[in-house]
Amino acid sequence: MEKQIGTVKLKRGLAEMLKGGVIMDVVTPEQAKIAEEAGACAVMALERVPADIRADGGVARMSDPEMIIGIKKAVSIPVMAKCRIGHFVEAQVLESLGIDYIDESEVLTPADEQFHVNKHDFKVPFVCGCRNLGEALRRIAEGAAMMRTKGEAGTGDVVEAVRHARSVLGEIRRLQTMPAEELVSFARDIGAPYELVKETRELGRLPVVNFAAGGIATPADAALMMQLGVDGVFVGSGIFKSGDPAKRARAIVMATTHYNDPKIIAEVSRNLGEPMVGRTASSLAEGEKLAKRGW
Amino acid sequence: MNPQINIGVLALQGAFREHIKALQALGVNALEVRLPHQLHGLAGIIIPGGESTTIGKLAVQYELIEPLRAFSAQGKPVWGTCAGAIFLSKEVGRNQPLLHLMDITVQRNAFGSQIDSFETDLAIQGVADAEHPFHCIFIRAPLIEKVGAQVRVLARLPQDGNTTNGIVAAQQGHLLATSFHPELTNDLRFHQYFLSLTERNHE
Repeated sequence: MEKQIGTVKLKRGLAEMLKGGVIMDVVTPEQAKIAEEAGACAVMALERVPADIRADGGVARMSDPEMIIGIKKAVSIPVMAKCRIGHFVEAQVLESLGIDYIDESEVLTPADEQFHVNKHDFKVPFVCGCRNLGEALRRIAEGAAMMRTKGEAGTGDVVEAVRHARSVLGEIRRLQTMPAEELVSFARDIGAPYELVKETRELGRLPVVNFAAGGIATPADAALMMQLGVDGVFVGSGIFKSGDPAKRARAIVMATTHYNDPKIIAEVSRNLGEPMVGRTASSLAEGEKLAKRGW
Repeated sequence: MNPQINIGVLALQGAFREHIKALQALGVNALEVRLPHQLHGLAGIIIPGGESTTIGKLAVQYELIEPLRAFSAQGKPVWGTCAGAIFLSKEVGRNQPLLHLMDITVQRNAFGSQIDSFETDLAIQGVADAEHPFHCIFIRAPLIEKVGAQVRVLARLPQDGNTTNGIVAAQQGHLLATSFHPELTNDLRFHQYFLSLTERNHE
């Protein structure tokens, strides 16, 4: 048999290897090294963490390739980078840089208000955000090989992450107890392809790995998301906006592995220093909510 | 095969769920291992794919390194896939926690980044012949660069263009290392082969 590359199996397979792990936002090679040293299973290379994107305002775009290359050189773990929703040229650029995963992310300012990137066109795998099952399956239909529930990035408030994870996982549970004759209507109602709805029902989970993101700031937050049933966590501003990033990063990694062991979570949560200064998701104006980007 | 047999899967990080499923499909009692006391009563253990630095650091933090070495010293089979093979090895050419159990030198990310990941069919000694090859999935995979005198090579990549005919599966007595992922296929032959090593250990 000929060697095959860029297959669905390989794209989804890398996400399988990330499970049970923590993916950390980093803005410099030094931060990437701290993340790797703490046990991150991958890093997300970007110019500004979501909390700063919020504070700075303006248009948020793909990071400078120079900075992404610098981070790639600094670590041996997979490196992810973000492109704007629908910006397939930013995605092409990231693919050409040899990035391991592209996050088509609502944290950046969307480039297209109608369409997401056709992710089947790429050899590099994509991760996308979702708030509910319909959104997750639409992204998977477009070729996403990994999902993350959106939460509300850059807030340090876990409430939206919980809402979105409960929504996706709850709808899957509902799907499994539904009589077969209701499936087509259900697929129509959530705006998802019937075949993927059927596959999800048979698997009892999404057809791809699903992480939680957006507001996770403490070891207990990470373990909470794991106990709710996600496969791993993204931590953005929560680590490098805190008082002692190396220590907090290590603690979140430990809590993600031992998520069912409150004694270990208690032990790693001791003396972590200042957490990131949070902002309650409910205090955000409608226009400030990043999770609403994408559909 | 003894259905009462307990096999552990190191569940610190990575694709442990898939190994557990494969073992269960073979009628074995599969258990997640995160702490040293969970090694008790196991006939063998699989170290899954994932990130080898993450798995290594978590193993150090919760003092699993010495218990895993002691486990292997009893002759109980240990199989590492991808990151697991790296963790089993003696040498990877960089500073990271390793078990130093198997006399192999491994090169991490030997093929490049994710876009260089690939699938291919291979014959594997004792597992799959050329007529019924094994479908091998390589994801940011390592290569086994050098093996010691006690190590038997089970599979190599065919020589083509820029890839050397690198070693991708090897065995040293009760220790197994594969740079690909049998747990991501529905083919149970490799897991069966691993279980046959536990039976040999029982005799």
